[in-house]
Amino acid sequence: MKSIIASLTCGLLFGFGLIVSGMSNPARVLNFLDLSANWDATLAFVMGGAILVAAPGMYWVRKRNKPLFADKFDIPSNKTIDAKLILGSAAFGIGWGISGFCPGPAVVAIASLQTDVLLFVGAMTVGMLAQHWLKSKAA
Amino acid sequence: MNWTTTPFEPLAGLAGGLLIGSSVVLLLYTLGRIAGISGIAAGAMTQRGAERYWRLAFLVGIVLSAVLYMVFVGDLQIQTQMGSCWLIVAGLLVGFGTRLGCGCTSGHGVAGLSRLSPRSIVATVTFMAAAIATSTVIRHL
Repeated sequence: MKSIIASLTCGLLFGFGLIVSGMSNPARVLNFLDLSANWDATLAFVMGGAILVAAPGMYWVRKRNKPLFADKFDIPSNKTIDAKLILGSAAFGIGWGISGFCPGPAVVAIASLQTDVLLFVGAMTVGMLAQHWLKSKAA
Repeated sequence: MNWTTTPFEPLAGLAGGLLIGSSVVLLLYTLGRIAGISGIAAGAMTQRGAERYWRLAFLVGIVLSAVLYMVFVGDLQIQTQMGSCWLIVAGLLVGFGTRLGCGCTSGHGVAGLSRLSPRSIVATVTFMAAAIATSTVIRHL
């Protein structure tokens, strides 16, 4: 139960962060990605602000023996840079550049119940499940 | 085509960034997990039991933040810029790509860069470059 409340709180914080900074609005995100006229550099300040907290914060947390409500830290240790990482990131970037939605803002936007948002989230879900299915088939 | 303009708001951006960074640190501190939204969203569908529940709680928290904002503050500005077909194609690419590349703007871009993970640095440079190229081409050709 404690871990559920902690996780819910983290989700709230994350969502408020996206809303306060206007990152939940794809128009603003696209005005950052499109480098031409009417450039809106806000996104850089969001990432900068997040890293400003997360870099020292994560460093400090990882020096502890274990998390509060779990037995160990679960942090990716893979260091291999492979084709999947590059191709996957490139595909994500193209989708992001078309829509202005990455997964976090898309989840925030669900609350608006706009048809186009729900279509995007539905398609994103299908994309995720398709990759999961292909991976389990290959294994 | 007329694209919606948005004002440059560095302070709001910084404030939002601090909240997002705090969320990342708090999730690592309490559950020992990386706050990567694409992984959390996928895991909420494919995992079972406790592994599923904390992920669902995180997603519920995100949606709840938007609901609370709409109830107590005001309108949530969600201005899509492309037609439905484009958004469906983009959604498929974002969903498939983030899982194949093991992360998105949060997991790689914030948490990964914060711990100087080489994979995350490569991923972030790749999706940023692809996104900038894509939106710039779409809007000016």
